[in-house]
Amino acid sequence: MSVHEQFGEDLALYAFGCLEGNERAALERHLEECASCRRELEQLRGDAALLALSASGPTPPARAQTRLMDAIAKEPRGRKAEAGVGRTKWWPAFGWAAAAAMVVVAAVMWNQNVQLKSSLAALQGLSEQQKFELGQARHVVDTLTAQDVQRVDVMPVGLKAPPPQGKAIYSRQNNGLIFVASNLLPLPAQKAYELWIIPTQGAPIPAGIFKPDAHGGAMVINPPIPSGIDAKAFAITIEPEQGSTTPTMPIVMLGAGG
Amino acid sequence: MSTAARNPEPNDGALIAAIHSGNQDAMAQLYARYSSVVYAVALRVLGDPAAAEDVLQEVFMQLWRSPGSFDSGRGNLAPWLAVIARNRAVDVLRKRRPQTEISETIVSVEPDLASDTDRSRAMEKVRAALKDMPATQRSSLEMAYFEGYSHSEISEKTGEPLGTVKTRIRTGLMLLRKAVETR
Repeated sequence: MSVHEQFGEDLALYAFGCLEGNERAALERHLEECASCRRELEQLRGDAALLALSASGPTPPARAQTRLMDAIAKEPRGRKAEAGVGRTKWWPAFGWAAAAAMVVVAAVMWNQNVQLKSSLAALQGLSEQQKFELGQARHVVDTLTAQDVQRVDVMPVGLKAPPPQGKAIYSRQNNGLIFVASNLLPLPAQKAYELWIIPTQGAPIPAGIFKPDAHGGAMVINPPIPSGIDAKAFAITIEPEQGSTTPTMPIVMLGAGG
Repeated sequence: MSTAARNPEPNDGALIAAIHSGNQDAMAQLYARYSSVVYAVALRVLGDPAAAEDVLQEVFMQLWRSPGSFDSGRGNLAPWLAVIARNRAVDVLRKRRPQTEISETIVSVEPDLASDTDRSRAMEKVRAALKDMPATQRSSLEMAYFEGYSHSEISEKTGEPLGTVKTRIRTGLMLLRKAVETR
């Protein structure tokens, strides 16, 4: 029996998400090395989709559409991955401070959630501290967005064209990622930059699509990413506007995690 | 020239691109196209209209939040949504956290099932193939896919050896593939 035959039947179960234990771990190790089995897995997932599509039944109730449209109206898109588009030139210089403010806000909110779950008494005990931290975060944001703010790029004397630069701030524990970029080069038509997390194991994970503003600045704030990823590096590629699930070479920017 | 010819319906890729820009009308159009598919799968798994409606809501909200998770270059939206709905519904049924990120779900179906007609024709063949299957094989396939049982759980429930369960599921899928590929 060849190694592929050995894994053949496990692949079908894996495509269903029904393979467990040592067999799952062994297959996943094999898949990392075997393009042939990865292709077969993709086909089996397609076969499984046929099974899903074979389900038939009544149409959803009309209220379901109303519920959905109400929900998306309350959650407008364009505030996360595309948040950097249209920002002015001061963002690159103040990007770290803005990112820090967002991290503080996120940490406060996370902390609040944990405490809510544990006990109301504990939440009340932390209330003052959280107010203080939130106040600090708001103060940073207020400064950044004040009408009289001075926005200055600080760079080595004599450097005429600063290079493209990006900074990724990532917390595995909080499942949070903030990326701030400056001096990005303009994109070809119908293309976008895509941020990738390069995990210590497995394939690169897409972490937000963005386009730079007229001054080359951009931000990605808390894109939807899987939890618990150990990141060893962050990379930027140029992809179609709708983004890709695998990076298109070449990598245009790369930074290793600390 | 008819109105339809002058104003063709935007394809799924165009609607996904519009969702990237926050276009709620595009979302409504995709919902109109595929809500029945998503709801049918969720209802098949859960057997509870209210729970199926929750999955329907969740799947489309995920699409709204992460339209880039769907790669139109690697498949069509209908099977992708059906698989996302099945995965989420099984997670709900099994009372577990989501096992698969939607961005990790890649579904490639041959032949192309982009149009309603293509899908209807393919589904007729799939349902016929399921009907023609030995009952034990169909049961293993459905227990694994629509009820989310592991192969060892199916083995325990049916009394069949593990290897037999695995083989039945694998060959069952092969039969579905063959049925759809047959012109």
